[in-house]
Amino acid sequence: MTMRLPPFDLVTPTTLQEAAGLISDPTASIVGGGTDLFPKMKRRQTTPVTLVSLAEIDALKGIRIDDEGRCVIGAGVTLAELADSPLVPAVVASAADAIASPQIRNTATVGGNLCLDTRCNYIDMPELWREASGHCLKDGGDTCWVAPRSDHCWAISSTDLAPVAIALGGSLRLVAADGERIIDVDDFFQNDGIDYHTKSPGEIVVELLLPAFTGRATYLKHRRRGSIDFPLLGVAAAATFDDAARCTGIRLVVGAVASAPLRAIAAEEFLIGREFTDDVIEEATRLASNPVRPQDNTDTGSRYRKWMTPVFITRALQEIASDDTTNQEEEP
Amino acid sequence: MAERVLALRVNGETHRVLTSDHRTLLEVLREDLALTGTKHGCDVGECGACTVLLDGRPVLACLVLVSQVATGSVTTIEGLVEGGKPHELQSAFAELGAAQCGYCTPGMILSASALLDEVAQPDTDEIKAALTGNLCRCTGYNKIIEAVELAADRGQL
Ligand SMILES: Cc1cc2nc3c(=O)[nH]c(=O)nc-3n(C[C@H](O)[C@H](O)[C@H](O)COP(=O)(O)OP(=O)(O)OC[C@H]3O[C@@H](n4cnc5c(N)ncnc54)[C@H](O)[C@@H]3O)c2cc1C
Ligand code: FES
Ligand code: FES
Repeated sequence: MTMRLPPFDLVTPTTLQEAAGLISDPTASIVGGGTDLFPKMKRRQTTPVTLVSLAEIDALKGIRIDDEGRCVIGAGVTLAELADSPLVPAVVASAADAIASPQIRNTATVGGNLCLDTRCNYIDMPELWREASGHCLKDGGDTCWVAPRSDHCWAISSTDLAPVAIALGGSLRLVAADGERIIDVDDFFQNDGIDYHTKSPGEIVVELLLPAFTGRATYLKHRRRGSIDFPLLGVAAAATFDDAARCTGIRLVVGAVASAPLRAIAAEEFLIGREFTDDVIEEATRLASNPVRPQDNTDTGSRYRKWMTPVFITRALQEIASDDTTNQEEEP
Repeated sequence: MAERVLALRVNGETHRVLTSDHRTLLEVLREDLALTGTKHGCDVGECGACTVLLDGRPVLACLVLVSQVATGSVTTIEGLVEGGKPHELQSAFAELGAAQCGYCTPGMILSASALLDEVAQPDTDEIKAALTGNLCRCTGYNKIIEAVELAADRGQL
């Protein structure tokens, strides 16, 4: 059975101003690479009347280091370009390389990855299936099939770049028809499967800004197979240490277990000023994993993801403690 | 909905097609240009059966709009044949029995040909990494990897 795209008009502006004007129409949607949007449109989860393609806007392209030493990554940069770039921190390149497949990385963009819609076993289904089972909250119905007594949607934030960008203290430049603003990536997301980011529909993500970083960072992605699959769990950590190996700053972020990447603030505060001994890592792992409540809405059960959360947090902390920050991933 | 006439570069030839914005490259290749070597599998980016090369790089024809490739050059499995002679990869796949039902084969060969264009003598891990977006339902992966190795060796002669 062919799943065709619903009809729409494609517009391809060449400037940001033009794009911002076009996207202020509520029936329009932005399209980057389309690798997230097109499958959803084929399944009729969304049916925009107009698609505003960002593909021809030069201001969204390229990666550079600015005067302040920040790494500036255009929202239109493909994941393949990001994975190959010598300008971006190694942890960003390897996280990009672990997303989807080579074919998808050749078209998928950084902006699309950061704005990736939340996912769930009940919403990412063909229209007939959703019709038969009853539409869920995110689909305009009145029940969350994952947590039927819940008043909000639990669909999962599955972007692999966002946890890394948050760990590195990144921010985003957003442009709309009436102006622009810069927002921390951390504040860009909110833990709600439907309203998963704080961006207004008229805002375009223009670039990801990563401050110069000289510490140690890692991203450990856990997924079913070593390719293609979305994360079951992702742990990003970035830290700096003094000469006595005491932690002077850290960000620890757990991805793909909620509707937004979760920062482990209690664990971060505990780790500051301490050396990463086995006992310290154990306590930080406990603090970081306790609040994590994965639901039964992706590959493998929620108990398995809950069980693997401390395992991956410990491994990430051990890695940055030992300076052996080669990114790894493991299959269940 | 808007219809437009596109001049599409496929396998070195320019085709004029009348199409609408929401049609994918896969639909136009198979339905309008009768290039049915590009296979239609999952339609949502998961299987790689629809892989084609866009300016030499593998992409998924089911997730690319035809109107977005009008400035690029597309290569399908049919385009790998030169002067009636199959590509080294095509011969190697046939000789080693690297195709069972054959449904994944065009996509596998195009992903592998993009790899060989970049790395003449890839090691096994590089071959596996290049083929991670191509699913073989018949699961004959060993033969597929051996066929890519054979084609790479022959390319060196
Ligand atoms: C088989 C498969 C496997 C995948 N595996 C992974 C994975 O492992 N990890 C992962 O993170 N993702 C994965 N993805 C999802 C997706 O391919 C990537 O997240 C990709 O980076 C999305 O980028 P895009 O440009 O294609 O997004 P699009 O589909 O173009 O857009 C996605 C959303 O973002 C919005 N958007 C796009 N660009 C902008 C912008 N500049 N400003 C504002 N809004 C914007 C769009 O309106 C849309 O809502 C997978 C997808 C498939 C099909
Ligand atoms: S048909 Fe395109 S990836 Fe399966
Ligand atoms: S040979 Fe049958 S799918 Fe690969």
